[in-house]
Amino acid sequence: MENSSILTYLLLTPLLGSLILLFLKKEQENLIQWFGLAVSLAAFVISIVMLINFDQADGNFQLIQKVLWIEGLNVSYHVGVDGISVLLILLTTFITPLTLISTWGSIKKNIKLFTFFMLMLEAGMLGVFISLDLFLFYIFWEAMLIPMYFIIGVWGGENRIYASIKFFIYTMFGSLLMLVAIIWLAIDASSQLGMFTTNLLDLYKVGPSIARDIQNYLFLAFFFSFAIKVPLFPFHTWLPDAHVQAPTAGSVILAGVLLKMGTYGLIRFNLPLFPQAAVEFAPYISVLAVIGIIYGALVAMVQKDMKKLVAYSSVAHLGFVVLGIFAMTVESVQGAVIQMVNHGLSTGALFLLVGMIYERTHSREISYYGGIAKIVPVYATFLLIASLSSIGLPGMNGFIGEFLILIGSFKSQVLDNWWFTIFAASGVIFAAVYLLWMYQRVVFGKVTNTKLEDLTDMTGKEWLVLIPIFVFIFWIGIYPSTFLDMTESSTINILEQVQSFTIKLLN
Amino acid sequence: MIDYIYLTILFPLLGFLINGLVGRKIKNEKIIGSIGAGAVGLAFLVTLFSFIELLGMPSDGRTRVVELFTWLKVAGLNIKFAYLVDQLSIVMSLIVTGVGFLIHVYSIGYMHGDKGFWRFFAYLNLFIFAMMNLVLGDNFLVLFLGWEGVGLCSYLLIGFYYDRKFEKGTVAEAAKKAFIVNRIGDFGFLLGMFLIYMTFDSLNFLEVFSKAAYFPVSETTFSLIALFLFIGATGKSAQIPLYVWLPDAMAGPTPVSALIHAATMVTAGVYMVARASIIFASAPAIMTVVAVVGLLTAFFAATIGLVQTDIKKVLAYSTVSQLGYMFLAAGVGAFGAAIFHVMTHAFFKALLFLGAGSVIHAMHEQQDIRNYGNLKKYMPVTYLTFLIAAFAIAGVPGLSGFFSKDEILWYSYSKGNLTFWIIGALTAVMTAFYMFRLVSLTFFGKERFSKDVHPHESPKVMTIPLIILAFLSVVGGYVGIPEIFSGEGGNALKNWFKPIFAPAEAKLRSYGSHSHFEELLLMGLSVAAAICAIYFAYIIYTQKREIADKTASSVKGLYNTLLNKYYIDEIYEASIIKPIQVISEKVLWKVTDNKLIDGIVNGSAKIIDFISSIVKKMQSGVAQFYALIMVLGISIALFWIILSL
Repeated sequence: MENSSILTYLLLTPLLGSLILLFLKKEQENLIQWFGLAVSLAAFVISIVMLINFDQADGNFQLIQKVLWIEGLNVSYHVGVDGISVLLILLTTFITPLTLISTWGSIKKNIKLFTFFMLMLEAGMLGVFISLDLFLFYIFWEAMLIPMYFIIGVWGGENRIYASIKFFIYTMFGSLLMLVAIIWLAIDASSQLGMFTTNLLDLYKVGPSIARDIQNYLFLAFFFSFAIKVPLFPFHTWLPDAHVQAPTAGSVILAGVLLKMGTYGLIRFNLPLFPQAAVEFAPYISVLAVIGIIYGALVAMVQKDMKKLVAYSSVAHLGFVVLGIFAMTVESVQGAVIQMVNHGLSTGALFLLVGMIYERTHSREISYYGGIAKIVPVYATFLLIASLSSIGLPGMNGFIGEFLILIGSFKSQVLDNWWFTIFAASGVIFAAVYLLWMYQRVVFGKVTNTKLEDLTDMTGKEWLVLIPIFVFIFWIGIYPSTFLDMTESSTINILEQVQSFTIKLLN
Repeated sequence: MIDYIYLTILFPLLGFLINGLVGRKIKNEKIIGSIGAGAVGLAFLVTLFSFIELLGMPSDGRTRVVELFTWLKVAGLNIKFAYLVDQLSIVMSLIVTGVGFLIHVYSIGYMHGDKGFWRFFAYLNLFIFAMMNLVLGDNFLVLFLGWEGVGLCSYLLIGFYYDRKFEKGTVAEAAKKAFIVNRIGDFGFLLGMFLIYMTFDSLNFLEVFSKAAYFPVSETTFSLIALFLFIGATGKSAQIPLYVWLPDAMAGPTPVSALIHAATMVTAGVYMVARASIIFASAPAIMTVVAVVGLLTAFFAATIGLVQTDIKKVLAYSTVSQLGYMFLAAGVGAFGAAIFHVMTHAFFKALLFLGAGSVIHAMHEQQDIRNYGNLKKYMPVTYLTFLIAAFAIAGVPGLSGFFSKDEILWYSYSKGNLTFWIIGALTAVMTAFYMFRLVSLTFFGKERFSKDVHPHESPKVMTIPLIILAFLSVVGGYVGIPEIFSGEGGNALKNWFKPIFAPAEAKLRSYGSHSHFEELLLMGLSVAAAICAIYFAYIIYTQKREIADKTASSVKGLYNTLLNKYYIDEIYEASIIKPIQVISEKVLWKVTDNKLIDGIVNGSAKIIDFISSIVKKMQSGVAQFYALIMVLGISIALFWIILSL
């Protein structure tokens, strides 16, 4: 078996970086900030090297490294990537440095600790995307909660304690169910394969042969854990609180990458481990996804706080992703994967923009604003681009994802019902309603609040943070092949695994 | 030149990028305007040369696809950025770039001195870019890219004066309304695309349409596809029930109303139906729906146009009404006639709007026609060109509108039925009436504006486009002289479109033959009625205003209903918009989210808290209590063992 260390380097970069950071003096804020940025950029560079070494045509796991860790339990340090993880790793290493830059000047309290947690968080996220051992995966999955908990709890808004505890308990609850299921799977492997193992590649063979009723329970245990993280309706109520209370950087990482862990888990574990259960539950889960699309949009529409509005829009967007996954067509799953990235970019940009104006005025109330197009035209233009991307305007990223998800779910054999798509597609109307309505109230009209008159327009730092995101927003919109080709073989691979135990999914 | 057709898309895109990125710094209106108008002018030249090249090709081989690169490729879905040049798309392109160019030139004068001059031209170029994608795209997805793109530009341009009030609301609200109502239509269009892909495994025009001709596809499927697509068309082309955005779109600058909301964008729905003619022709039930919706919209909008007092509002309802004619034509299977009317309408309606802009300029932004009067004295060029356009739209023989409207009316009878013709002809009479009410109140009669208003003719940069459009409004119809005058095969436009629409026409039922006499009789009747309407409107509104006032007050209820546009906006607001808002806020957010779901979440936390508050009392640290519990426990255990023995 090939053995590559690149993923380990990738993982170690932010991990060691965060540890070295601890030796820096708290007062050297500039140094800390630059060091944090340098570490995250190094991780980005390594992820590009990873991409170069990655063979897109091969849908299997690559760049694998495996070292036995706990002998008696057959637990290994086992990492590897397929196209889907590669794409999400790139998203992570891309968003993290931008987020770090965005905090310069806005995070003033204990910069050292903040940067430390951000790098820890990056390491945790990367660990989740590269783990091929469920034990290892679970450790990263849980470890990630801690830095996020502190980021919300220490640097958050007024109600941050409630929000951070709610976030922690909600996700913890789901995780415990998953832990039980992981242990069950590993024990089942003992009887099927003759050894206790948490190796994902082995468990892919074990899962589908588990008795159907047990498989259903295991499927649900994983599913709840991921559904809470996504979050899928009705498990979403932690999200608005967490987003509103989190500092901008927290919201960006939360929306940009953390939520994707949930949908990633569904693709990586739920589908291939429990194919029969996945097919059986698909219509029910899709109902929740579609409810989420409409529900999230409607509730977003009536929000008075910009950040909460964007938070609820996440519920709608992630609903699309879940629908795409459980429609189980190549089009829809590819759409779901690209939509994960899209949501990271669009919603990330929206959170950044809301954060930027908040720093100037200390208000996120929509009614506080009005007519700022005259005062800060560049900001107005940027906000429009981010909103349109989120609305799914063709030529921009959001459209590619939504279109593939919808066209795939329309012809899905698993769902076999047009109504999923019809209701989901109505989401394109509502998305326009809530975002344009917010835009109208914030940007258009006459300036009624005199405090807004001396708002300053985008600074160089803010340009620097947003422009890279916009480049990808249009890149994905106009030439998505760069990204879709990366994941197509892996998507087909996963669907083939599901198909080999259930109904025909591919032509 | 056809191989370079993508230049027609590239030039406006470059214009947009230059003016959009650095326009603010250029500051010189001449440079900005030249870039904007020049980009479209170049696009027009490319189109024109491509058209000439197409003319030189054999009539059954005038189809060329120019591929750029792959856009979206997943599994069986393979969509390219590719452009289809054929008889239909080239005619649309000529209209878009030609009329578009004239309006760009006009705008240099009209927008002079505006702070957002650069922004205006950037948006306008972006619009042409999107519109060219729409008409030239060789598949449904590129069409949709343009379709949504023009919607965005429409949004940006309606909202151009974003800090102003507009009627009861604001300009920004009008812009948002346009975008959202269009999105409702787009929802239908999307579903149509999904069904097409599922049925034909492709979204490429040539592939889908050739398959549609011979694939064993049920009529139900065709009907659903056609219906979904038509929903899209009702949004973009402002038909019942989604027409409500167009009158409000008048909040934008007047050249925008001319370009987007009269000449080009709003005809996109007609183009799309004509493009997919084979699908519509395979769904006869939906064809009837298209015809009836078009007819009703034409009639209904014309009645509202009779009483409006804002010059742009009259023209807006007139546009809705004329678009209805185009769908009537498409619905009875006369796709060529529909596109013919798209063309002539582009000439005279653009002219009417630009003329209105000239008047509004002269009258210091005053738009109420009751405050105009006798302007022919002050602005002769605007007056004459406006009059020509009004004659054209009223269907006066010899002018462009006559040919296209007459063709539609004739087909509405010969391919439809007498009822269609009667309602269509009545609409034509109303059209003539409201147009000449408008002309009379504006250019004739007494001066009703205040003394400090000094109307003046507009500068040449504005009047020359008017003159060119007036010329086109006169001669534009001669490409489609009815065969009754030109002889069998004498209608040049009909011959031109023949290869495009032949498959659809072959699918449609054949109709009984009609005599020349019938055609002449109906033509004569509608023309005579229209001329009478012109005459009466002129007399009433220049000499006998009291007739109008008396009529209005004698049917006050009807008059107010018309004036308030049948209260449709209010009905939509009360029956759809408000309920959705209230339910979203009061039920979904405040109850479901905050009370129900969070109630369960926080409630379970409270229950655990409650249980632990009881349990923790046991951990009192008092040894005697522990001893007591121990004794009790042992006793119970013993008791249990004894019982089970």
